[in-house]
Amino acid sequence: MIASLPRPLWLRTTTMLYIGAFLIFLFLPLLTVAVFAFNDADYPAPPWHGFTLDWFFGNGSRGRVGLFHDSELLGSIWTSVVVATWVTGLSVLIGSANAFLMERYRFPGKQALTVLMLLPLVVPGVILGISILAFFSRIAQLGDALFGWELDFLRPGLPLVVLGQFSYIVTIATLLISARLKRFDLSLEEAALNLGASHAAVLRTITLPYLRPALLGSAAISFLMSFENFNTTLMLVGADAPLTVAMYGRMREGASPVLNAVSLFLMTASALLALAVMRRERQPA
Amino acid sequence: MPKRTLILVLLLAPALLWLLLLIIVPHLELALLSLRERVAPHEYRASLMQYQTFFREPLYWQVFVRTAIVSAVATALTLLVAFPIAWVITKLAGARAGGVLFLVCLIPFWVSETVRSLGWLILLRESGVLPALLVRLGLTPVPVEMLYHDATILVGLVYTSLLFMVVPLVNTLESLDNALIEAAYNLGASGFSILRRIVIPHAAPGITAGCIVVFMLTLGNYLTPTLLGGKNSQWFTELIYTQFIVRFNWEQGAAFGFLLLALSTAIVALGLRLSGQRFVDVMRRA
Repeated sequence: MIASLPRPLWLRTTTMLYIGAFLIFLFLPLLTVAVFAFNDADYPAPPWHGFTLDWFFGNGSRGRVGLFHDSELLGSIWTSVVVATWVTGLSVLIGSANAFLMERYRFPGKQALTVLMLLPLVVPGVILGISILAFFSRIAQLGDALFGWELDFLRPGLPLVVLGQFSYIVTIATLLISARLKRFDLSLEEAALNLGASHAAVLRTITLPYLRPALLGSAAISFLMSFENFNTTLMLVGADAPLTVAMYGRMREGASPVLNAVSLFLMTASALLALAVMRRERQPA
Repeated sequence: MPKRTLILVLLLAPALLWLLLLIIVPHLELALLSLRERVAPHEYRASLMQYQTFFREPLYWQVFVRTAIVSAVATALTLLVAFPIAWVITKLAGARAGGVLFLVCLIPFWVSETVRSLGWLILLRESGVLPALLVRLGLTPVPVEMLYHDATILVGLVYTSLLFMVVPLVNTLESLDNALIEAAYNLGASGFSILRRIVIPHAAPGITAGCIVVFMLTLGNYLTPTLLGGKNSQWFTELIYTQFIVRFNWEQGAAFGFLLLALSTAIVALGLRLSGQRFVDVMRRA
């Protein structure tokens, strides 16, 4: 029943209870993770033993190595940042090219290309990972057998992780940028051209500024999706593990509150990113 | 070459390189791998053995069927949980409260799945928060292990999938004209028949889009089932990982990959057929 129609009391109560339960369901896991990052115990489990910052700043003197002294975790955060930066750059660049291609040009086979571009979203991440692994290993083998080339960057490692994540994130970037480009008023460009502006100047001073929110938004989403990616990364990872893979490895070994500390760090970083994106969206374009 | 054609070619090149080198050819390679069999070191012949092994070995196809069934149940549950929330957001709460609730639903998506699973681990394991709470409330005499059941996997999967259901539902419900519901009510329709004859037909595209995406993501999920599920509840993606990375049996792993892909594609096609929609529209909506 909608707001304008009478609703019996029991229905209103149930609705409120349901929303309450839903909110608890949403936030309980995240809150738990955050709270136990500060528990003064060696294991992230109740009961509460008091407040500590050891899991952030512990330097090993009390047998506790905190996040900011854990070189393995810090290294994996850095690895994730590097990978995500590459994926973001590539996705936004090629996503923009794709958006112009699909919105501004007509060519034979365009329909088929539209469908093909969406396909990476319906292929499970694990399969994207193994197919790229298999294909690039084949090329590396051929290069070695035929020409004696050492194509190590085609073996499992960060370059493959970047390619694997890029292969589907670029679809998302393409969709986001196309959506905004579609609403662009072409007469603005025509007016500028009539007034004697060059094509490059029109692109720089009119079209790109108009696209800016979509470019920034898709960059934020790409960065986040790359940072969070697990399935594709797991299949392509070499010696340097990005954060999600490193955390997964630690979680299988057994829990330690330092993982809660990393998680809280991640949540804070994502929240800041989200806030930055939303602030930008509020500003008039 | 005219300038416009040159630009077209320059714009086409990256798209074609991406699709050919990262999507199409790798999948062909995977198909070839799955259709061969090793007879001696570095010697292969074409065969269907990898697929035969899948059907002959009960463990493999049982895990496959289980994964499909649990994914279907998780999808249905996600729809059940998400629909009332989407309804509240679009029809009951005001524009402002609805917007806030919608943003709140997006929050878990901003946090990595590893973190979300860690939360459920701490909550549900035997020494965790909820079992301790149950003992404190006197509901159970000793802490019970709440991890490693199918139900645990379902909780984790629904949690992870909610967003992908709420967004398409909100989008379709928003376009449903309230006057239709008011008219039906004035003509004496019950809540149930309004739901069945007005709301669901209108929301069908959103429901299909949400279900397709959630089912696909659940089927291909790896983290949640491996971390929250026990030894007896293997997920099909785990088998693929084991064959590919642990045993280095790429032929078998490739065949498993194709079986998963086939199931996923079949479900997407079925969903589209049932709701009479086009793939391109559904993906845009989701």
